[in-house]
Amino acid sequence: MKKIYNFNFVSKFKITNLASIFLTLISLILISFKGLNYGIDFKGGTLIELRVESDKITISDIRSAFSNMNLGDLNVKEFGKKGDYLIKFEKKEFNKNSNIKTIKENVVSKLGVDANFRRIENVGPKVSAELLNSGLLAISLALGAMLFYIWVRFEWQFSLGSITAIFHDVLITLGIFSLLSLEVNLSIVAAVLTIVGYSMNDTVVIYDRIRENLSKYSSSSIEDISNTSINETLSRTIITSVTTLLALGSIFVLGGEILKGFSLAMIIGVLIGTYSSIFVASPILKYLKVSYKSIAKDEEKN
Amino acid sequence: MLNFSKIKIILIYFSFIVISLFCYSNFSDSKNIFLKKKINLGLDLQGGSYLLLEVDSTPLQNRQIQSKVIPLKKKLIEKKITYTNFKIKNNKIIFDISQDDKEKFDNFFTDKNNDINTFLDKYRSFELEYNLVNNQIIIGLSKNGIINLNTSAVDQSIEIVRKRIDETGTKEPSIIKRGSNRILVELPGVKDPERIKELLGKTAQLSFRLVTDNKTEFGNEFFTLTDTQEKISVSKRIILTGDNLIDANPKYDNINQEPIVAFTLNRLGSQRFGQATSKNIGKRIAIILDNEAISAPVIRDSITGGQGTISGNFTFQTATDLALLLRSGALPAPLSVVEERTVGPDLGQDSIDAGVLSLLIGFILVIVFMIIKYRFFGLIANISLISNLLMLIGFLTLLEATLTLPGIAGIILTVGMAVDANVLIFERIKEELNKNIGNNIQAFDLGFKRSVITILDANITTLIASIILFIFGSGPVKGFAVTLSIGLITTLFSAYFISRHLTSIIVLKNKEKKLLI
Repeated sequence: MKKIYNFNFVSKFKITNLASIFLTLISLILISFKGLNYGIDFKGGTLIELRVESDKITISDIRSAFSNMNLGDLNVKEFGKKGDYLIKFEKKEFNKNSNIKTIKENVVSKLGVDANFRRIENVGPKVSAELLNSGLLAISLALGAMLFYIWVRFEWQFSLGSITAIFHDVLITLGIFSLLSLEVNLSIVAAVLTIVGYSMNDTVVIYDRIRENLSKYSSSSIEDISNTSINETLSRTIITSVTTLLALGSIFVLGGEILKGFSLAMIIGVLIGTYSSIFVASPILKYLKVSYKSIAKDEEKN
Repeated sequence: MLNFSKIKIILIYFSFIVISLFCYSNFSDSKNIFLKKKINLGLDLQGGSYLLLEVDSTPLQNRQIQSKVIPLKKKLIEKKITYTNFKIKNNKIIFDISQDDKEKFDNFFTDKNNDINTFLDKYRSFELEYNLVNNQIIIGLSKNGIINLNTSAVDQSIEIVRKRIDETGTKEPSIIKRGSNRILVELPGVKDPERIKELLGKTAQLSFRLVTDNKTEFGNEFFTLTDTQEKISVSKRIILTGDNLIDANPKYDNINQEPIVAFTLNRLGSQRFGQATSKNIGKRIAIILDNEAISAPVIRDSITGGQGTISGNFTFQTATDLALLLRSGALPAPLSVVEERTVGPDLGQDSIDAGVLSLLIGFILVIVFMIIKYRFFGLIANISLISNLLMLIGFLTLLEATLTLPGIAGIILTVGMAVDANVLIFERIKEELNKNIGNNIQAFDLGFKRSVITILDANITTLIASIILFIFGSGPVKGFAVTLSIGLITTLFSAYFISRHLTSIIVLKNKEKKLLI
């Protein structure tokens, strides 16, 4: 009845670590050279969600309705249901003669049918710069706070291991966003912060067990202890990932277009976070030569 | 860990029931102060407009610097400081002084009791600061001087913004100060914020001044009339400003049926207007609104009753808007929209529907999965999950929190992650059961004890992340942080108390029987 896992994870560390380093590097290269596809929250600009209740209107009609108004770089795409469009343009600031009201009137008269402006967002250049800064600050602070918490609760080797795992998760998630040119906006910052929390959560569970086993089997090598601990917590790791993914999958499929990017980032993050707590956070303890002795010594010092 | 005293049991379920009962008040219309509490829907769910306005204080800085010129010159003469090349450029006062006067100047300018460079107690700094380049003195507003100007402009503007929005009939607007130079306006249910944006975009500074024949720039300004395109020269002397108005209403002119604005002046205004009009019969009076001359009628008779009208190529709508602006008063500085987010009501409803559906499906998926995985104990985990959700919603109601679309996502995520605590406990018990077959109580006891620390560690990390998000997040994203943080707390409560208690009942009843988790 009772399943006891006994996989040899440690033997795979070398190959998975190489894969992780490779993926992290690729992600870094993508993020620095291809860049992230910032939404209007961080870049400034205007977004309009439009619904047209007419079969005759095509995406190119929508595009031409918005052209010739000096709106700057224009991007039109279908958005969920048929007849729904998402229009984004560069123009950030409006004045008396060119504003959302005149754009609306122009578009409706050019399309020749009524259009429902379901959502309008406009972010000015000052605000977008502030939002980007506060987003970066929030993520850095969250990382700092995690580091501090783990440092207080565990030894420094664990701190380093878990923070490496978090960086790994966040970088690869953003790398995938860069690769697929998915939009990075305020909700992605929320997703990244949640991934940081989740990845940490997953790592902590395994670390807790490693530390417990270190004192229980003080003569065993860190490799054996890591392997035992990962296997002992494997069932929990899988079940929690599954239920979290079930919830996120439900948001992704049914939660509407607005939550798509957010839930996708979270799904990627949870998958990578689960992987990294086994294959990134644990090997680092081995490389840092953590043993019962080193832990005991540290504790004496404190 | 399995022994619960009666008091503890009562306390646990009492607090659970009290908090969960708040869910109900969302569906009741009672006026009772407890049942009145409701979860607020964010603008992204109920539809509405979020506007972040910024005060453009450049004209204010300009005015403030201008106002210093005459007193400063007087003071310099009084202190026997000789100045040359006095000028104003880019909101800075610039002049030259001799080497010997530098110290004298510094002494009076940085004296806390001088009446030109005000010392701002609030900021512990002077309003103005000066730079000395060779023998040239450059005086400008200090950083705190600008903040002080912005703050007072925002404070004055907020009241006027509220009046203007109230006049449009918007229900329950929220108008709050943000930082030193911004105002955040939230307008629930507003479908088209364009009119409000237009109304807020005008300072509505009105003045009545005489049209002169004098074509020199000294004491005069030139305008082009917006109705007739005629070029006129207008005296800088102001007879009346909008501050003297107590009421304004749109009307139709009796003679040509054109829309006009009829106004009523206060006592001081009536006196001044009466004097000016009786002295200048036959002359023209220009009506200047936000640096545009809207009309310049001829004064036919003295107007002493404090009543008058403004004409100027209005439609009835523009006359109505102008009357509204004049009634609510002039803004000290122009406001510009630096961020806008507007959601139509139908999109809001679609979001609610999608959010609720995905919550329901996510919930069912997790529940089914737990039953398949843990059978009987899955049921306990599910009861704890349901009570968790009830408490989460109860808490949100109690705090009258704002629920946003990302907030709903936070609730769904809580559902997914909440079972983690139960899983940690069950897995640990499983291990203990494997070690001590036949001794249920000990195995469960150890299982709970050992998993508690891990559960705390694991949840605190997520809690830290979501609190940081709450502090830094803006708008809808903040709602995510709210539901996730409260969700973590209710998760800890339901796992640590409710599922532990339910498990203890089962275990204590089946001391000898083999229990399979």
